[in-house]
Amino acid sequence: MKPTNIDDPEYFHKVVDCQYACPAHTPVPEYIRLIAAERYSDAYMVNWESNVFPGVLGRTCDRPCEPACRRGRVDEEPVAICRLKRVAADNKGDVRSQMPQGPFPANGKKIALIGGGPASLTVARDLVPLGYEVHLYCEQKSGGGMMRSQIPSFRLPESVLNEEVDYVLDLGVHTHFNTYVSSLRDIRSKGYDAIFVGTGAPRGKDLSMLPGRDEARDHIHIGIEWLASIAFEHTNKIGEKVIVLGGGNTAMDCCRTSLRVGGKSVNVVVRSPIKDMKASPWEIEDAIHEGIPIHENLVPKAFISENGKLRGMTFEKVKAIYDENGKRSLLPSGEPEVFIEADDVLIAIGQENSFPWIERDLGLEFDKWEMPVLDPVTFQSSLSNVFFGGDSAFGPKNVITAVAHGHQAAISIDLYCNDQSLKERPSPYTNLVSQKMGIHEWIYDNTIANDDRFKVPHADQSITLKDRKKEVELGFDSNTGFKEAQRCLNCDVQTVFVEDRCIECDACVDICPTSCITFTQNGEETDLRTRLSAPSNNLSQDLYVSDTLKTSRVMVKDEDVCLHCGLCAERCPTTAWDMQQFLYQVTKAGNTCQIIT
Amino acid sequence: MSYIKPLIHHPLSKQNSVGYLKSDYEGVISTLCAGCGHDSISSAIVQACYELSIEPHLLAKLSGIGCSSKTPAYFLSNSHGFNSVHGRMPSVATGANLANRDLIYLGVSGDGDTASIGMGQFTHVIRRNLNMTYIVMNNGCYGLTKGQDSATADEGSKSKSGSVNRFAAIDLVGLALELGAGFVARSFSGDKSQLIPLIKRAIQHPGFSFIDVISPCVTFNNNVGSTKSYDYVREHNEVIKISDFVPEKDEIKVEYDEGTSKKVKLHDGSDLELSKISSGYDPGDMKTALLRLQESRVNNQILTGLIYLESDSQDLHSMLDTVKTPLNKLREADLIPGKKELEEINKSFA
Repeated sequence: MKPTNIDDPEYFHKVVDCQYACPAHTPVPEYIRLIAAERYSDAYMVNWESNVFPGVLGRTCDRPCEPACRRGRVDEEPVAICRLKRVAADNKGDVRSQMPQGPFPANGKKIALIGGGPASLTVARDLVPLGYEVHLYCEQKSGGGMMRSQIPSFRLPESVLNEEVDYVLDLGVHTHFNTYVSSLRDIRSKGYDAIFVGTGAPRGKDLSMLPGRDEARDHIHIGIEWLASIAFEHTNKIGEKVIVLGGGNTAMDCCRTSLRVGGKSVNVVVRSPIKDMKASPWEIEDAIHEGIPIHENLVPKAFISENGKLRGMTFEKVKAIYDENGKRSLLPSGEPEVFIEADDVLIAIGQENSFPWIERDLGLEFDKWEMPVLDPVTFQSSLSNVFFGGDSAFGPKNVITAVAHGHQAAISIDLYCNDQSLKERPSPYTNLVSQKMGIHEWIYDNTIANDDRFKVPHADQSITLKDRKKEVELGFDSNTGFKEAQRCLNCDVQTVFVEDRCIECDACVDICPTSCITFTQNGEETDLRTRLSAPSNNLSQDLYVSDTLKTSRVMVKDEDVCLHCGLCAERCPTTAWDMQQFLYQVTKAGNTCQIIT
Repeated sequence: MSYIKPLIHHPLSKQNSVGYLKSDYEGVISTLCAGCGHDSISSAIVQACYELSIEPHLLAKLSGIGCSSKTPAYFLSNSHGFNSVHGRMPSVATGANLANRDLIYLGVSGDGDTASIGMGQFTHVIRRNLNMTYIVMNNGCYGLTKGQDSATADEGSKSKSGSVNRFAAIDLVGLALELGAGFVARSFSGDKSQLIPLIKRAIQHPGFSFIDVISPCVTFNNNVGSTKSYDYVREHNEVIKISDFVPEKDEIKVEYDEGTSKKVKLHDGSDLELSKISSGYDPGDMKTALLRLQESRVNNQILTGLIYLESDSQDLHSMLDTVKTPLNKLREADLIPGKKELEEINKSFA
C-alpha cells in the first residue's frame, strides 16, 4: 500500500467516526471534552456553530453518530452522545454573548425563506450575520416547523424550542408568520436575490381507498396533522380506544400523545414484524414502557362503523417472507382476520412532499415523483436563484440532515449572490495540535473509563401521563454527564506516526491494548490485513500505513478498534508516535461563526 | 503518565485451549524507560505462555535485582512470583523446584545479576541442570545506575558518555555451553518472530534452558559505537534460522525448502525442524555449536537462534531420584510409613 496521506483532512476526519457520521459533522469529541471540563457554554457553542439546535437535538436527534461510535465496537454500547449534547444545553450559562452580535452592516441582498423549520432557520443563522436581509415566511404562528408541530412537548419542551428558534430570529430575521405562501411566482416578483424553500414533507399519507374510510372520516386523523392540532391546541382530546397505524417515529409520538389526552386503550398496529419498524429503537422502547401494545404483521382491511360511529378496524394477518436479497414480502398467513376496537384511528404511515404552491410553468423542473430536480451538492434548483433544503429537498429525513442542508444551501446562496461559482465549495477548517505536555503527559484525559453506558432517568409516569407537556426524560445530571463523557475515547486525538524517528523497538506494538499496530513487510491491502497483529475484518475502517522503515518494513495501524489511549506514544522513546488533536469544522457561508476553542 | 492499562481488548481476541485470553497473561503497565528492550521480552513471554496454554497458576516467575528483574511485575500477573536477592535467583529457584516440581519455573535476570554478582549461582544452577528457563535480558550496561559498562559489554563498545570499554566481555552463551547446559539460545528483543518460539521451546525443554536476549538499553546504551544498540544488533545479527517447533496438536507447515531442513526428535516426542543457512548447522552437536560461536565472534557477528540442544537431558530431580510428589502434597502417611516399613528397610541391612 502507498503511505497514508495524513495531510488529506478527510483521512483523520474518517477516524472520528461520530463526527464523520453526523450529517452536519459536529465535532463530537471536542464538545464532550468540554462537558467533562464543565465548560457547558463552550460545549453548547461548538454544537450551535455546527448544528444550530443543540437543546432540540440533544433530545430528539436521530443520532446517526451513536451506531458509528467506536466505543460500540469495543464495548457493549456506544457513548450516549445525544444525551450529552443535552447536558451542555441544560447546564449552559449565557451564550448569547458568544453569538454573532447585530446589527450587521447590510450587504444590500434580500433573501426569502419559505417555511420556518430547521433548514430555513439554519440558512437564516448563516446568512443574517453576513448582512443579508432575510425574510422568513411560515404558515404557523411561530418558527420551528416540524420541530414544533410534530414533536410532542413531552419529548421537546416548548421553552427549549422557543429559546433556540429565538437565538436565530433575534439575529435580525424579518419574520412573516401566519403567512401561507401560495405562489412562488408572487414571491419571485418581490425582488429577492435568492429564494430558499424549506417547506418540509407536509403531507401525511392516507388510506383513502380502504373500505369504510369515508363513513368514519370524523374519527380518522392523519398523524402529523393531528399532532400539529394538539401542538397548536386546536384539539385536546381523543377517544378512549385508539388505533395508531404505522411503525415510524410519528406513530410512536401519536400513541404516546393519545395516552396523554384521553386515550385509555391505545394500540399500535404495524404491517411488518416489529423488528422491521422504522421508528428509532429508543422511541419504541419508550412507548412499550408506557404500556402501549404493538401488534405486528397486521395489514389494515377495513374501517368498521355502526350507525355512523366508528367501532374499530379489521386486519388481515400476514407473515413476512424474505428472499435471498433480504427483500421482504408480506404474505397472508391464512389465519382469521383480526378486529380491534377503536373510537379514533390515527394514520401515521409516512409523509410525502407536496408543492402545490409552486407553479409548474416557472421553469422549475420536477422529476417523475414530483420532486424538484436539484444539484445534490449545491441544492440549487433549475431556477438558478431558487434553492431547496431539508425534507423538501430529497424527501423526509430528520432535523440534523435539514441543518446540514441549510448550511450548504447558505453557502450556495452566498456564492450565488457574489457571482461566484457554486461548484467551488469552501474547504473545511482543520487543525492538528500535539497534545504533548511534558514527558508522557497529555493535555487530554487519556485514561479509558470502564463504565457501562449510563441510563437517562425518566420522570414518574404518574406525572408524565397526566400532562402532555411534562418532559419524560430528565436528562443526565452534571455528575452522570461527567461520567458518561469520560466514556468517550477521544477519537479526534489522532495517533500521528513519523517514520524517520522510529527505531523499531516494538514498544508500541507491545503496549497496544487492542493490538492495532504491526510492523511488517508492505503489501496490498487485502494481503496486509491477513498479516496484522489482530484480526482486521472491518473493511470500512482504514489502515494507516507508514513509508518504508530502516528494516524495509512498514508500520501498519488498523484504525478500527484503536482506543486513542496514547499508550503507543507514551511508550515511544523517540516520539515517532504523537497524539495530536484533530479539529474538523465544516466551513459555513462567508466563513463566519468560526468558534475556535 | 498512564499507570493503568485499559481493560478493553480487541473484540475478536481468542481464548487459548485452557480458556484464557492473551491479556490474562499480562502484568501491570511497565515503569521501565519507553522503548526498553526488556518490555519486548516481557511481551514475548506473555505471547509464548498464551500460545502454550499454560495455566497461569502453574508457573512461577523468579528474578533477582535490576531493570530486568523488575519485569516479572509486567507479565504473568496471575502466576506465582519471587523477586529475590541480587544474583540469588538460581538458589531460590532451586529450592522452589525441589519443593514442587509440578510448576513451570521461569527465571529472568540481567547481565549484572547474572554475569557479575550472580555468576557463582548461575554456573551452579547450570551444572545441576535444574528444570527451569533462565532468560538473561542482556543490555551490556547497568541501566539502573546510569549506564556503567557491565561484564557483558563488548571490548571496544562505546558508552553514551563516550568512554570505550577496555575489558573483554563474558559471553554467557559460551559459558553455558561450556558448563553443559542442555538448551542454549541467543535472541534479540527486536525479533519476536525468533524469540517467541525459542521461549516456548525453552519452557518445554526438560532441564535447564538458557536464553541470552540482547535487549538494548534505550536510555544509556543505544548510541552510535555501542555494540548493544538496536541498529548495531540488527546490522550484525547472524540468524540461525529455525522454524517454529511443531506443537503437539496444531500442524504448522514449515516454510523452508525441503533440502535445507532437518528434523530433530525431541525428548517429549515432538519434532524440531531446523533449516540451515550458509553451512550445515546441527544444534545437537556441541562441537559445531562451539565452532560456530567462535566464528561469529571473530567475524563481529551476533549469533542468534537455537545454538545447542541436548536431546536427552537429565534434570536435577532425575539425577537425585527425588520424590515425584510436591512436598506440600506429601501427607503424614507418606512421610511416616510406619513400623512395618521400617522393619523392611532394616531387614535389607541384615
